[in-house]
Amino acid sequence: MSSRLPRGGRLIDRARPVAFSFNGTRLKGFAGDTLASALLGSGRSLVGRSFKYHRPRGVYASGAEEPNALVSLGTGDRMEPNQRATTTELFAGLEARSQNHWPSLETDLGAVSAGMAKFLPAGFYYKTFIQPRAAWKHLFEPVIRRSAGLGPAPAAGARDPDRYEHFHAFADVLVVGAGIAGLTAARRAGAAGARVLLLEQAPHAGGRALADGGRIDGADAHDWVAAQLAALAQMPNVTVRLRTQAAGVYDHGYVLAGERVADHTPGDGRPRHRLWRIRAGHIITATGAIERPLAFAGNDRPGVMLASAVRDYVTLYGVSPGDRTVLVTGNDDAYRTALALLDAGLTVPAVLDVRARAEGPLAQAVRARGVRVETGRGVALAWGGRRGVTSVGICAQAGEGAVLEEIGCDCVAVSGGWSPVVHLWSHCGGKLRWDEAAAMFVPDPARPPLNHDGRAMVTAAGAASGALRADAALADAAAAADRVAQALDLSPSEAPAPRAETVDEAAPEAVWMMPHGAPAALREKAFLDFQNDVKVSDVQLAAQEGFESVEHAKRYTTLGMATDQGKLSNINGLAVLSQSLGAPIPQVGTTTFRPPYTPLSFGAITGAARGELFKPVRKTAIDGWLAAQGAHWEPVGDWRRPYAIPRPGESVEDAVTREVLNTRRNVGLLDASTLGKILVKGPDAAKFLDLIYTNMMSTLKVGRCRYGLMCTENGFLFDDGVVARLSEDSFLCHTTSGGSDRVHAWMEEWLQTEWWDFRVYTANLTEQHAQIAVVGPKARQVLEALEGMDLGRETLPFMGFAEGTLAGIPARVHRISFSGELSFEVAVPAGRGQAFWDACLEAGAAHGIQPYGTEALHVMRAEKGFIMIGDETDGTVTPHDLNLGWAVSKKKQDFIGKRAMERTHLTDPDRKQLVGLATLDPAEVLPDGAHAVEGAPRPDGIAGMIGHVTSSYFSPTLDRSIAMALIRGGSRRMGQVLRFEVEPGRAIEATVVDPVFLDPEGERQNV
Amino acid sequence: MKRYSAFAIAREALRHHAGWERAWASPEPRAQYDVVIVGAGGHGLATAYYLAKNHGITNVAVLEKGWLGGGNTGRNTTIIRSNYLQDESAAIFEKSRTLYETLSQELNYNIMFSPRGVMMLAQTEHELRAWKRTAHANRLASIQSRMVTPDEVRKIVKVINIDGPRYPVLGGLWQPRGGTARHDAVAWGYARAASDLGVHIIQNCAVTGVDRDATGVTGVQTGKGPIRCNRLCLVVAGSSGVLAEMAGFRLPVESLALQALVSEPIKPVLDCVVMANTVHGYISQSDKGELVIGGGADGFNNYTQRGSFQHVEETVRALVETFPLISRLKMLRQWGGIVDMTGDRSPIIGPAPVPGIFLNCGWGTGGFKAIPGSGWATAEMLADGAPRALAAPFSLERFAEGRMIDESVAAAVAH
Amino acid sequence: MLLLTCPCCGVSAEETEFHPGGEAHLKRSGPGSDDAAFRDYLFARKNPRGVHFERWRHAFGCGKWFHAARCTATLEVFGTYAAQTAAPPAHVLEAIRARRPDWISEWEQDR
Repeated sequence: MSSRLPRGGRLIDRARPVAFSFNGTRLKGFAGDTLASALLGSGRSLVGRSFKYHRPRGVYASGAEEPNALVSLGTGDRMEPNQRATTTELFAGLEARSQNHWPSLETDLGAVSAGMAKFLPAGFYYKTFIQPRAAWKHLFEPVIRRSAGLGPAPAAGARDPDRYEHFHAFADVLVVGAGIAGLTAARRAGAAGARVLLLEQAPHAGGRALADGGRIDGADAHDWVAAQLAALAQMPNVTVRLRTQAAGVYDHGYVLAGERVADHTPGDGRPRHRLWRIRAGHIITATGAIERPLAFAGNDRPGVMLASAVRDYVTLYGVSPGDRTVLVTGNDDAYRTALALLDAGLTVPAVLDVRARAEGPLAQAVRARGVRVETGRGVALAWGGRRGVTSVGICAQAGEGAVLEEIGCDCVAVSGGWSPVVHLWSHCGGKLRWDEAAAMFVPDPARPPLNHDGRAMVTAAGAASGALRADAALADAAAAADRVAQALDLSPSEAPAPRAETVDEAAPEAVWMMPHGAPAALREKAFLDFQNDVKVSDVQLAAQEGFESVEHAKRYTTLGMATDQGKLSNINGLAVLSQSLGAPIPQVGTTTFRPPYTPLSFGAITGAARGELFKPVRKTAIDGWLAAQGAHWEPVGDWRRPYAIPRPGESVEDAVTREVLNTRRNVGLLDASTLGKILVKGPDAAKFLDLIYTNMMSTLKVGRCRYGLMCTENGFLFDDGVVARLSEDSFLCHTTSGGSDRVHAWMEEWLQTEWWDFRVYTANLTEQHAQIAVVGPKARQVLEALEGMDLGRETLPFMGFAEGTLAGIPARVHRISFSGELSFEVAVPAGRGQAFWDACLEAGAAHGIQPYGTEALHVMRAEKGFIMIGDETDGTVTPHDLNLGWAVSKKKQDFIGKRAMERTHLTDPDRKQLVGLATLDPAEVLPDGAHAVEGAPRPDGIAGMIGHVTSSYFSPTLDRSIAMALIRGGSRRMGQVLRFEVEPGRAIEATVVDPVFLDPEGERQNV
Repeated sequence: MKRYSAFAIAREALRHHAGWERAWASPEPRAQYDVVIVGAGGHGLATAYYLAKNHGITNVAVLEKGWLGGGNTGRNTTIIRSNYLQDESAAIFEKSRTLYETLSQELNYNIMFSPRGVMMLAQTEHELRAWKRTAHANRLASIQSRMVTPDEVRKIVKVINIDGPRYPVLGGLWQPRGGTARHDAVAWGYARAASDLGVHIIQNCAVTGVDRDATGVTGVQTGKGPIRCNRLCLVVAGSSGVLAEMAGFRLPVESLALQALVSEPIKPVLDCVVMANTVHGYISQSDKGELVIGGGADGFNNYTQRGSFQHVEETVRALVETFPLISRLKMLRQWGGIVDMTGDRSPIIGPAPVPGIFLNCGWGTGGFKAIPGSGWATAEMLADGAPRALAAPFSLERFAEGRMIDESVAAAVAH
Repeated sequence: MLLLTCPCCGVSAEETEFHPGGEAHLKRSGPGSDDAAFRDYLFARKNPRGVHFERWRHAFGCGKWFHAARCTATLEVFGTYAAQTAAPPAHVLEAIRARRPDWISEWEQDR
């Protein structure tokens, strides 16, 4: 059983005890502990349950690679599932809960016994649950879903109370990892004059040197680390950030990093996480290496741990993972663990070394301390219970697992060798090379990820490039920094590279299955992926069934797909696969490394863009007034516009009716400011607009307005609006509310990329003007009361505009109408918009003026048969389809969309065409989007649909329903009665009529 | 082929699963096939399966440059729905969805089709009208799909924040028999069943050239030597343009990267697929417990299959607003897939300009849901030498005629 | 996240500051063109796995359109140049040749 040692622990402060709880039990650790070290120090060997079989699991590692010790942290709105205990800093009041069990961690009814597990091999679910068909959705899948998943889901109403933020950073050289290699690289790149950013995921620098000690440049390694940090702090061109993990490398030197600002100080007011978006000229990955587990039967029992983790817990945290630790290894490095245990006064009953000889200095040192070292030996089986391992059976590594001897122990420290952390190197296409001697994949410097200029953008340094020993890592990191400095045209540092005193290590031997000839019964208990419960037998089964590609094997077995993304399992699984296939490891290859390196919170990705800052609302000058009146809003593009402005106690529907009738009878006021307003100016402006619009704009007279249509090159209508000719060479083009940016960009695209010889400038003036429509029979009286302009019928006729001053405010008055009423659209400077609005309200009070919203606008335009972009058009509709052929010039040689309109499908007389619809029952309103059907259904059951309703309203003016529809061959169907099947068994009949329902002669607007 | 069943697993468990045979054979290519299909993704494998099953044509090879199912079949967010607006799309996607319903039984392979429902949110008045139009069209096309009110949305999607301050939910288009399936299993199931019927699936066999004479196609050059064929079908999402170039013609297709991501697994919290097109967020929860999230596509030609971040950021931001409870969950993995986009964002199924070559490409972001129907229709075309009713509207000619099949008319998003 | 340099204002900026615009150097087919030529103008696109000439707009910057020569397989950018041209300039073609000696250029055949 694990416990706290009486002394030791470089990272903890025994003077500062910290209280926390695990599954509701109050426990104690020290400042500087991780949750994992505090749990181990409190004797908690069982900390979680695995994903598939719900097997009892303990802490396995000491860093980001941890597969087992996942807990949910916090409660309520702050609950966060699936946190790695090994990277969670302990803080007072921390509340952790174990996951994936019921009813408790100790007694989990979901646990699958070893006997049952053999019925659930890799991919069993593809082979069963097939019959009966309904059972998958209603029986099997719900059970699987409940037993899968790991941590609990947050409550439906949970609202994250914490803040998140995004920072941008730029660096010539980004160094990832502040171990001895990263510190060296940062210092040398900084000395060469580069702007350097050094990131370290842990709360402290030093990496493995903190636990492994040794001497660098004559100093103790941890003192050397402190000296480097102090030196870097003195360099103005170098920034060091702890608790910040480079999560992903993207194209052209773009790097994302996640900083855990306040995870360890919750509620202190700082943002919880900070997402760094970094643009780096070059990236040096000094990300170290991760130790590999060994595959033997029972290797997942609590108490089996990585050898490096064992010495981390002993050295850094003063925690004993067990009283009696058997060390199992195939390399010399792991002997350091035995020495650390002995130094701490703990017992090492045996070291089992798979190699034939263990004569290196470290092995000799262990032997010299009286420890029994067995060579050519491995573990056949680890015995134990829920609380952990109790003994191991020794066997010959070359054999089939006959147990030679059973050794009692409560901890097994394992080392299957080391794998460089190559994730960041690989994210953006860096390739790997298999180093047969060291049995590891290393970055291939000949095939690096490329930057925008085609040059290498990542350099691996230290253990991350395969230089595992301290002396080699330092030399490699210094050389890497110098190469990068040169590539950046800087002079590399001339100082000598730091030197470490190291002992020789004998060649390691990679072992992928222990023992070599393990029978199926053992392979079925030898785990590769601990979290997902993938065993050696599963990978072998995948190979046997033809899942030979490493990607197939991964997907079939789920190896490497758990929350640790295979940091411990991928290489071992790959090796087992390659042995099964009889193919060399490099030929089988690795799966693709995907960002992020460890999971990144959605909160951090979102940053501050929540609530009001999530897609900020564009507001007009009148927005505040409308809001104060209780407007019912609708989003229109980025804007919000009032759908209606209901009076207190009035329903939205009633408000729309009132607004329509008041505008038709008296006068209404509309905030039309969102309409796009684009100024097109220059000697060739008229020629240009003749190409942009389907109708002729060059013949428009100064002072006059013309309704115009724009089509795509495909011949389909995409925007419309009124064009006012301000002068011989300048036009003001109005667009739809949602279309102003699009139309402006469209014009610029043509001007810059096709007709760049045209002398034309455009400017989007949309936000410079408030545009207010004064509409209704009494509109003229209202505006005349404002004084300043003669707006008489002769002075300002229909489709004219005039400039002047109204109520003391500079104004351009357009006599245009989207409602069929006498109507003036008045553009005033945006800053004077509210003042003008107020003046209209005041002057109009006597005439019954009322504001109206977009729905009343829609009803009134539909009464007049005016089309609305987005309602009557959908990207496949031509002007001719909408009876707007009159606005398509036949005289012009060219305009955008002209050629397209000649194609067979666009000239088909049977196209859908716009018609009006009058329901036989005038009280009945056709539903939006209802389809007319004709004839018998087709053989495939699809009814003979001939068109659909595009706009449908109850017209308060006409006291009947009105609708427009696009109907196949519609123009030939006048007077026909069409059937609209609006519900199963219910049809509405409507007569095809002219779409202009109100005042076809236009008498109301020509007054 | 030994059948899969619970009984078979029990039998094998007693002998350490030593008796399981290969899911699909790994033959050496013959010199000549009746039909060569390039691309062993879902569409190519389904085409081969239905050629053998429905038309008795078994002298068929499916050539794959990498591993089968390794393109978009294994990279998508597994959404299956058929509530499309246009008749032509609705017909082939509903055929596909119907085949998915019984595909596990048909293939004797549990592809885990899970009709948990697809909810497409309406968050603007415009979108509301578009979904209403689609719902009417679907009903008349015998597709189960209907409009639901905001209250019903809340009942079905319990964790949604329906009153988002920016885009409150105004309603939804609900297809109760839409859902998800296990994407890899679809490829594996078709591969196993096609192989069992005699189809040759040849992996690690890149096509390097297309042979033709005056009358049309005669075969292909591959990394495993030349292979002759009477008919050649290109089903290579992400590489259609490159293959077409080899065959000597150009397609109305551009290859773009589409982004996707998953969260860490959590216990069940979301029981249907939710699509929020206005804010570009698509989300469902897999049987493993991961939230599977679809992002946007880059607007530039790209063959790298790498993840990029800006679309992920936009999507996650939208989903945190729509489902605030996910804020403290974490992104586990992100990736990109290469999608072939056509001029109207609808697929191309039909004869190529070179006689004897047939096309199935351009599924854009919506190909997974179409696999069975697409394979069915493409097999008909290869058997007859000409498309039947399901495929006919998707011919190349439509681009010259201006006969667009444009699903984006209903809303900003096509698939 | 590409890094592009706008040749108009000289700024190197994030991809999100730009808007992609598809294949460059398309020749517009207007009235009078035949059906096939018009179809190809609207829809047929070069979609190479390799060197590609494409349009971008510095949408959240100077607003100008420009062209880029870029590799769609590695995403490296060989050069950017003003949009007001019918063919890539010589220095861009040279930059491509320097990086891709095997590249077959249709532009040089034209010259």
